Amino acid sequence: MENRAIFSGKLLAFLLAAPQLAVSLIFFYWPAAQALWQSFLVQDAFGLSTEFVWFENYAALLKTPEYYQAIGVTFVFSILVVAFSLAIGLLLAVMANRNIAGVQIYRTFLIIPYAVAPAVASVLFIFMFQPGLGMIARTLQRGGIDWNPVLNGTHAMILVVIVAVWNQISYNFLFFLAGLQSIPKTVIEAAAIDGARPMRRFWTIIFPLLSPTTFFLIIVNITYVFFNTLGIIDTATGGGPNGATQTLVYKVFQDGRVGADLGGSAAQSVILMIIVVVLTAFQFRYVEKKVHY
Amino acid sequence: MANVALRNVRKAYPNGFEAIKGVDIEVGDGQFCVLVGPSGCGKSTLLRMVAGLETVTSGEIDIGGRVVNRVEPADRDIAMVFQNYALYPHMSVYNNMAYGLRNRGMAKGEIDTRVQEAARILELSALLDRKPGQLSGGQRQRVAMGRAIVRQPKAFLFDEPLSNLDAKLRIAMRVEIRKLQRRLGTTSIYVTHDQLEAMTLADILVVMNGGQVEQIGNPLEVYQNPATTFVASFIGAPPMNLIGLRDAGIALAGAGSEAGILGIRPEDLQMVDGAVPDGGVAFDLRVEAIERVGAETYVYGLRAEQAGGAAVSTRPGDLPPGEILVRIPGQSGPAIGERIRAAAVREKLHLFSTDGRKRIALR
Amino acid sequence: MVEHRRFGNLLPHLILLAGIIVVAFPVYLAVIASTHDNAAIANGQMPLYPGTHGLETYWHTIASGTGKTTRQPVGGMMLASLIMATGIAVGKIAISIISAYAIVFFAFPFRMAAFWTIFITLMLPVEVRIYPTYKITSDLSMLDSYSGLILPLIASATATLLFRQFFMTVPKELVEASKMDGAGPIRFFFDTLLPLSVTNIAALFVILFIYGWNQYLWPLLITTRDDMQTIVIGIKKIIDVHDALTEWSVAMATAVLAMLPPVAVVVLMQRLFVKGLIETEK
Repeated sequence: MENRAIFSGKLLAFLLAAPQLAVSLIFFYWPAAQALWQSFLVQDAFGLSTEFVWFENYAALLKTPEYYQAIGVTFVFSILVVAFSLAIGLLLAVMANRNIAGVQIYRTFLIIPYAVAPAVASVLFIFMFQPGLGMIARTLQRGGIDWNPVLNGTHAMILVVIVAVWNQISYNFLFFLAGLQSIPKTVIEAAAIDGARPMRRFWTIIFPLLSPTTFFLIIVNITYVFFNTLGIIDTATGGGPNGATQTLVYKVFQDGRVGADLGGSAAQSVILMIIVVVLTAFQFRYVEKKVHY
Repeated sequence: MANVALRNVRKAYPNGFEAIKGVDIEVGDGQFCVLVGPSGCGKSTLLRMVAGLETVTSGEIDIGGRVVNRVEPADRDIAMVFQNYALYPHMSVYNNMAYGLRNRGMAKGEIDTRVQEAARILELSALLDRKPGQLSGGQRQRVAMGRAIVRQPKAFLFDEPLSNLDAKLRIAMRVEIRKLQRRLGTTSIYVTHDQLEAMTLADILVVMNGGQVEQIGNPLEVYQNPATTFVASFIGAPPMNLIGLRDAGIALAGAGSEAGILGIRPEDLQMVDGAVPDGGVAFDLRVEAIERVGAETYVYGLRAEQAGGAAVSTRPGDLPPGEILVRIPGQSGPAIGERIRAAAVREKLHLFSTDGRKRIALR
Repeated sequence: MVEHRRFGNLLPHLILLAGIIVVAFPVYLAVIASTHDNAAIANGQMPLYPGTHGLETYWHTIASGTGKTTRQPVGGMMLASLIMATGIAVGKIAISIISAYAIVFFAFPFRMAAFWTIFITLMLPVEVRIYPTYKITSDLSMLDSYSGLILPLIASATATLLFRQFFMTVPKELVEASKMDGAGPIRFFFDTLLPLSVTNIAALFVILFIYGWNQYLWPLLITTRDDMQTIVIGIKKIIDVHDALTEWSVAMATAVLAMLPPVAVVVLMQRLFVKGLIETEK
């Protein structure tokens, strides 16, 4: 990178970088710093005075059972969505990677969910799962299941998991397909000559060679579940019933909307920031690996 | 038209590495100067300094009587042909050639005249609407030349322009470049690592090594009288045999005390049956390997008396200790394992100091 | 490839077909529902083939909105979404390409600092700084404005990294040739670099347009005025899970309209989309 800098106009360079830097500083760094600062403050009920309290907000946060519930919900939600969307994405990618007719058509259909906004995806599924009129809800009810995501926490979780998985399939499918296509054909041919049957070939050759992609997708999917599912939850369940679908991010959003506890809300934000930093660090370990691969 | 002069030119990088350690070169008007040397010797850096793409730490670069150290590349009145051609991939052949003229505000008609003329010379007239991606390697190379020609500069700079072509095309283009340069009479500086290209193109040959000039001169003169063992082994293929006098136990009359290394070109060795020619040298060899390339045959022989001793090794790629290469015309030759005697006459011997940095006359 | 069994391809086809059904069925159902009247939907007896109320429903939805909850015709929402999505995509590309240009092709003090400042924004998604960002935007009196919708979202580390990556593959000699042809930095940018970046810009535009169109949290916070509402926000107000009176045909028509532009972009520009998606993650 050092050798490439070949123009010397310093002023011009600053001007070119300025817009991006200005937006970053005003709308990213300043608010992040604010959140950090506020997480150490306590404000009285009328917002008249503030006091610097070190980590009291964090301590208070870790004493509320709702916060632990949100951690639990986030954990379950993440595991389910990541596992299902990766498994389905991989299965479809492996099938599409066979040299079969019509792959283009299959692919065209399979990328549609990526284009659908999470909130809109939610609406599509609400329609199918709406007790009383939804097609799937009625089928379930006819089968003796008292389906009601508005009242039943487990049902609500199942609903948001299904929407999130559906929404994420395209992404995982496309990346797995790209990963599969980058595996040299000769390696697979060599394995075939070595007598490995298709299933065995997949688990002993293809899956290990795909591990960088898989690892990368796990991180990206976790990030997706954490941050991009807010629209799904807000539209489908509103975090309910009784916080059964309230993730950490959704809790920050809701607590802030009520607007009572600024310090506590800020502390939650800071914890989320730390999680993103860790996830991003992992993601870039992957990039580094790929460079040296 | 102009002469180009480099006076005590140096280049040091901020990290202290000295890429060019004081170079003086004088290229006369219309001459073709070739800088040759192994990779990393500083030849490309030197060319880029002439172009204005690298700064000059000290010394002067003079183009047509004007010191251009602080002049922008665009204002030096030079044109350059890059190794990868650096054609603008999104512009047609015509626009690739016209771009530099337009940027200089030249009138449309004049631009068209020049581009058409260059295209005619280079046989590109039918390709003017094509994009570089639709051209063959040789055609791209010609477009790069065309871009230089239309500018009608004081000097052409070539940075290994043929190294991306296959062997056959390389020879053809080599001849074309030389013809074109003669025709236009433009002063040229040409960088290559290929000694054959250097020999065939140059009016002035500059052999470089480690940021310094090893030797400057007419190509044949350099070939006949290499100034150092480096030049001796770099110019000419297969390379000159270099033999440590003391290791080989050779006593050469009139060699003087300074002489440490004996050099003999493979083609100057002859297979003989009997006595050593008067004042010359002879080696008794056991044939280790034979390469027949058609017109000539290379015989690799191991010196009988040099069983365990170490020979002089000036650079990687040299023959193993004690091995001598003999080049004989035609396809006949000894068999592997056969014992032969190879000899060279006195006039064909080269003598160098022990460190290889100095040529010593054989009295 | 290495298979010789006669029915070896049957299983992949079956699995992919199942995948397509799972993926497409919810969308299909929405399209069907938007062509039936509310009564047919509400009693749960909606057939799986198109009804006859389509034109009427769409006209109603686009031009006047639902009778009960709103207030806003969906046509206006689509316009708001279009402005926001285009603004975000164009803005991100514009400021990213010039900042990447500065970082790759110029030697200037604090170059690495600038690079890292941009890079680290990756770790600060809007969700972790919701309310302070809202406050800044409100302090700058940009609530309920397109600048407030667009500006805070247009910093883009990903786009900058993508352009940086691409610029680094541009041969150094091309810049040098331009220099010798008398082109300065601005001329080089417009004459050479920008034309070479066209595919990357287009691929990025596809991805970013979808990103912009599908924004949820930020427009939800920033817009209070109904005529600023984007369609993704508007749809939530049309359905009401606790209310049996939801006008489902209108809701589904809105969903279809909300999906139409991004799905069209993805399907019609599939190659660019796939390229953009894979490249931005490198």
